[in-house]
Amino acid sequence: MPLIETSDGPDWRRRTTKQEFMIWFGWLIGTAIVVYAFHLISEKTIWFFVQDAGTQAMDIGTRMVPPKISYMDKLWLPVWDTLNIATLGTVIALIIAVPVAFAAARNTTPHPIIRATALLVIVSSRSVNSLIWALMLVFIFGPGVLAGTIAIGLRSIGFCAKLLYEAIEEIDHTQVEAIEATGASRAQQILFGIVPQVLPTFAGVGVFRWDINIRESTILGLVGAGGIGLQLNGSINTLAWTQVSMILLVIFVTVLISEWVSAKVRHAII
Amino acid sequence: MLRLEGLRKQYRTGDLALKGVDLEVPDSQVMALIGPSGAGKSTLIRCVNRLVEPTDGKVYLGDLELTSLSRFALRKARRRMGMIFQEYALVERLTVMENVLSGRLGYVGFWRSWFRKFPKEDVREAYRLLDRVGLMDMADKRADELSGGQRQRVGICRALIQNPELLLVDEPTASLDPKTSRQIMRLINELCAERGLAAIINIHDVMLAQMFSQRIVGLELGAIVYDGPPDQLTPEVLTRIYGEEDWEATIGKDEDAEDEDETVPVAAQVLTGEAAS
Amino acid sequence: MTEQVNPVYPTTWKRPPLISSATLRWSIILGAAIYLALALGTMDVKWSRVAEGLPRGQRFLDAFFPPNFADNRGVVWDGIQESIWMAVIATVAGIMMSIPIGLGAARNLAPKWVYLSCRAIVAGSRTFPEVILAIFAVKLFGFGPFAGFIALSIGTIGFFAKLLAEDIENMSAAQAEAVKATGANWFQWVNYAIQPQVMPRMIGLSVYRLDINFRESAVVGIVGGGGIGATLNTAFDRYEFDTAAAILLIIIGIVLVLEYASGYLRKWVQ
Repeated sequence: MPLIETSDGPDWRRRTTKQEFMIWFGWLIGTAIVVYAFHLISEKTIWFFVQDAGTQAMDIGTRMVPPKISYMDKLWLPVWDTLNIATLGTVIALIIAVPVAFAAARNTTPHPIIRATALLVIVSSRSVNSLIWALMLVFIFGPGVLAGTIAIGLRSIGFCAKLLYEAIEEIDHTQVEAIEATGASRAQQILFGIVPQVLPTFAGVGVFRWDINIRESTILGLVGAGGIGLQLNGSINTLAWTQVSMILLVIFVTVLISEWVSAKVRHAII
Repeated sequence: MLRLEGLRKQYRTGDLALKGVDLEVPDSQVMALIGPSGAGKSTLIRCVNRLVEPTDGKVYLGDLELTSLSRFALRKARRRMGMIFQEYALVERLTVMENVLSGRLGYVGFWRSWFRKFPKEDVREAYRLLDRVGLMDMADKRADELSGGQRQRVGICRALIQNPELLLVDEPTASLDPKTSRQIMRLINELCAERGLAAIINIHDVMLAQMFSQRIVGLELGAIVYDGPPDQLTPEVLTRIYGEEDWEATIGKDEDAEDEDETVPVAAQVLTGEAAS
Repeated sequence: MTEQVNPVYPTTWKRPPLISSATLRWSIILGAAIYLALALGTMDVKWSRVAEGLPRGQRFLDAFFPPNFADNRGVVWDGIQESIWMAVIATVAGIMMSIPIGLGAARNLAPKWVYLSCRAIVAGSRTFPEVILAIFAVKLFGFGPFAGFIALSIGTIGFFAKLLAEDIENMSAAQAEAVKATGANWFQWVNYAIQPQVMPRMIGLSVYRLDINFRESAVVGIVGGGGIGATLNTAFDRYEFDTAAAILLIIIGIVLVLEYASGYLRKWVQ
């Protein structure tokens, strides 16, 4: 924070002229990018539809109430499927994520090449959305819960392994050193020195991801991978709006419950 | 029993932590290693059991040369050296019992340790040690529920259950209050006497070092600048180790050891310092 | 000193179980086992279908070696650009809308009715995955990137406003009080006491959200929201696996770049 000599004595400013200039320049570039982006998007937009959106929204909105409660009979099974996709997917992911995380953590990896491979697995798993995984897996396994479960699993490996290996790298090293000093083997050092330290993180990450997976598995049905998304897609396509609102309501409640459960469990662990 | 020959350690940053240290610690001698922070005390201790790999020099434990050992042979050699840490270094989320039993990891196989199925004698010995340090009732507590002094006692048990010939003790009192510090030092001393153990104790509290050791070695900038009995520590010696300061008040005299109960340094009861080298 | 001559010590020791009540412990284990069995039962794997699908999976994997960047280059490039710009303006617009909502959703700043209505907005936009938002946006605004932009912006609000509100609620009360004590008005107070405390984290989070928005832009296309997702979906529909593989690799690459950029920026801000 510089003092600048002016004709009427020193003047305090927050930044120097150069800093100020750089900041304005940054804003300029940023604004230009946004304007350019908006220009490109608007070129591909039919503005007539956008102007019409208000009336459309009103129209759909009025058709959505009241939600068709009786449709619930047909929703129990899809909800159960959604829950299973999320839970089993998380279990699969955790089973695979643990060895991947130990291979990826700098202080437990057996070899730099293995570490690089593990990091590659993590990145690819994280970058591809579960819906895209599902799209591919439906091609292989056919439509159904199996494709969805594996999709959720594949997507979650990267997420869980990343958080886990970061936790492994951040452990208190002296505890491991103390175990090492007793003459313990490398495997025993991990078992006694590292595992107890990361176990709570492991549980927390699992529950956290499970919560996210509940949300994600509600949409997998859109590409045929099972769960409540299948009904959602069908109802929208047949313009059955009261069913759509009922499904949205069910999703909302399910997500709220899973969020509550996950918060409770994480609180209990930590 | 333990002999260091020209032990040198240069860290990757280029810092020369040990400049060719020669040192011999005979059987059942409790030796205090004093010196300012950064003098290389911790490095020296860690070079003995190769938690830090020495750059150059030899370490003999009895007849065994440690620096050239394979990983497997090193693990076997480490079982003979118990280590006690600053800040205790207990695995905080394990129970006290598991922490003590972890001292036996060098002796049991992986799956036994996985299922926590330690041999009967080990468990009995663990209970015996816990009883000896007054923590019999704490066995099932988690380590992070204990107070500082209690944790250090668990640390001591973990080192002793290895049945070592040598104790490497790194600043055992650094995070303890003065009273607990004395109790811990006394305990270490008693246990060494009971079992005829040799020990190297890193400590920066000169008074404690004098009270509880038979021999004092002063380290400064990676080199030994004093080696002798505790009662010959003079202000001149301390100035050589730590630099200029008024040392008169620091040096412990027998008459001002003001602890209420028994004040005679345990070390003095065992042996009087036999200065070697 | 205890005077026991030969105290008898136990020779076995068992780790105390995590859940001390045996009934509760066993009912949890049993419950988990029953659930797992039931859930696995719903998987109903059609092995004939899987056997049929595996060669397809093989073909898909083969398509990665090498992926086909050459054919459809124009379409892919267009889709990528559309996704990037969509993500950029959705992030900017979403954050601009999140700031008032986030301030309103902070308990220590806003009056009760503002707090409750802002929290409701946040909860609503957080529950539904971007894809569901996109389905409705497409219904309202027509096919194309504008719908995707709207869906991603709403998703951004749910994410960003929540974190902003939580950050404000957790900030140091002492600093806020000190500025208030100088007699600053509400806007000055927000500017001097709150902004400096939450700003660094918010900058990091906005890059993180840009990263998420880009990833999500790849899926809103599947339901008609424009961007690379639409291109990917077309490639799958036409069985052009080599192009699909190329698109996936490009997505992974861009996500990697964004991740490094956000890590770098976060370090630079703090």
